[in-house]
Amino acid sequence: MVANMRYLKRRAFNQLALVFAVLLTGIALLFLGWILFVLADKGVRYLNLDVFVKSTPGAGIQGGGLANALVGSLLITLLGIGIGAPTGVLAATWLAEFGARSRLAAVVRFVNDILLSAPSIVIGVFVYGIMVLPMGHFSGWAGGVALAIIALPVIVRTTDNMLQLVPSQLREAALALGAPRWKVTLAIVYRSSLSGIITGVLLAIARIIGEAAPLLFTTLGNQFFSTNMSRPIAALPQVLFNFALGPYSNWHRLAWAGAFISTVFVLFLMILARVFVGRKH
Amino acid sequence: MDGGQMSANTATGKQATMLRRLRWGRRADSWFHFGTQMLAIMVLIVLGAIIAVLFKGAWPAFSKFGIHFFASSAWNPVTENFGAASSILGTIVTSVIALLIAVPISFGVAVFVTEIAPRWLRRPIGIAVELLAGIPSIIYGIWGLFIFAPWFSTHVQPALSDSLGRIPVVGVLFHGPPIGLGWGVAGFILAIMVIPFIAAVMRDVFEVVPQSLRESAYAMGSTRWEVVRKVVLPFTRIGVVGGIMLGLGRALGETMAVTFVVGNAHDIHSSLFMPGNTIASTIANEFTEASDPMHLSTLIALGLILFAITFIVLTFAKLLLLRMERASGERL
Repeated sequence: MVANMRYLKRRAFNQLALVFAVLLTGIALLFLGWILFVLADKGVRYLNLDVFVKSTPGAGIQGGGLANALVGSLLITLLGIGIGAPTGVLAATWLAEFGARSRLAAVVRFVNDILLSAPSIVIGVFVYGIMVLPMGHFSGWAGGVALAIIALPVIVRTTDNMLQLVPSQLREAALALGAPRWKVTLAIVYRSSLSGIITGVLLAIARIIGEAAPLLFTTLGNQFFSTNMSRPIAALPQVLFNFALGPYSNWHRLAWAGAFISTVFVLFLMILARVFVGRKH
Repeated sequence: MDGGQMSANTATGKQATMLRRLRWGRRADSWFHFGTQMLAIMVLIVLGAIIAVLFKGAWPAFSKFGIHFFASSAWNPVTENFGAASSILGTIVTSVIALLIAVPISFGVAVFVTEIAPRWLRRPIGIAVELLAGIPSIIYGIWGLFIFAPWFSTHVQPALSDSLGRIPVVGVLFHGPPIGLGWGVAGFILAIMVIPFIAAVMRDVFEVVPQSLRESAYAMGSTRWEVVRKVVLPFTRIGVVGGIMLGLGRALGETMAVTFVVGNAHDIHSSLFMPGNTIASTIANEFTEASDPMHLSTLIALGLILFAITFIVLTFAKLLLLRMERASGERL
């Protein structure tokens, strides 16, 4: 009888714990759903052609769009990934192909993982110190460099992991045929892990395209359409920051439209990255 | 005779080209090795440069205010009297609130995904939670400011003041006007943002528990919860704490979402629902407007403090996860 009671108690407790786990998962997904629903609702309502063709309106001016911010974001993201991707892939190549289990490789991986989670606003302060101050003004270049520093650890981490998955027999077979190491890396290792490397780059783009904090004091922002990278330039996340906190209702509408655009783009990149990885494994 | 001579000559010719190519290949190899190694070392240089630049910029503020910088909550750009106390406290309080909410939810998600959900449901839920991590922080800020904060202040906050607010001593934390901006709401939004990071690590470490261990426990008649509580958790304890630390590191440095909803006041209140600030929000708000060198130096000093705190937390997290990796033989 006592044993039976204890059994029932254990079972009841088990049921309770499982229900809690399902409930908690539900709460997490509820927030995702809530955010996506609000974005879709507001985004569809405020999205129109003007958003893509007109530049950001000044204080108190009606209408306007986000064209300059979209183009600015594209430019600095391209610059960031243009610096970050080759640097990151080659650094990871050393980690996976040469460094392997050496002490230096362990230290680099460790530091890279710390940079991966380092506060992005601090990266902004750093780039302000090394670029904006010496140059004397804010610029698109500085914003691109800040984004490159944020993209770098993402790419190093994923590429390193992907290259390590390449079977060493493949490398040995190529080396046995007399191919030099660099050729083995370029023609064999990169080729067989290409989808993984692309995944890393896509995730890095998804990460930096929505970054606002490091841009506030590197690109600064620009009310007008500009593609001059050595001057202050508008970027979507920074415009969202200024407009959402601003007092005008058309700014708020544009902020929602921009929020919708950037979320759709980021989620699209993340799903694309998943597809690339999924094809491989 | 002549023909033999000829073929010997071409043979040495071929050998020479082969040798040349071999030598060239070797030289290219050492350049390749050297070049990639330099780029790997650049990762270390970036970290060193960040610390050096922040330290140089922060020096005027540190040397002027000394140890009082950490204890004072004064913030007066006109008289150039600055203290970091309210920002540091805000960063810590919001992150602790975030963990208090995010850890149980992440644990629930990880248990659900690894132990309960049918196989076909695991991947979709894993992806959905990852998408939560992918949404840019600025979006959380906008959603928090326009949607979540008003909802929180009208629906959740009165309920909290009526229930928890009645408890003596602790109750004072939950008093305050329903304006929806403050450490409490900021902590709540941070919680949503760090759930995916903590849940992902927990899921990964739960998955490295050997199946044979689980099956042995089931064979002994354990319930699922008992397997989680007495087999999975003890086996993965270090990794779970590492994951929580990783989430903490993220929460500490989060800027945009917090800046929108924290209220941005350099005050320390006993209530969680009064406007406050964090290190990151102070920097984001004031950096471009700091025309005075001492003000700027103070903000860089705040950046250095933030970097130091996250560095310590993340190092701790990484060391724990490395220990877990060694124990299980898998890279997390």
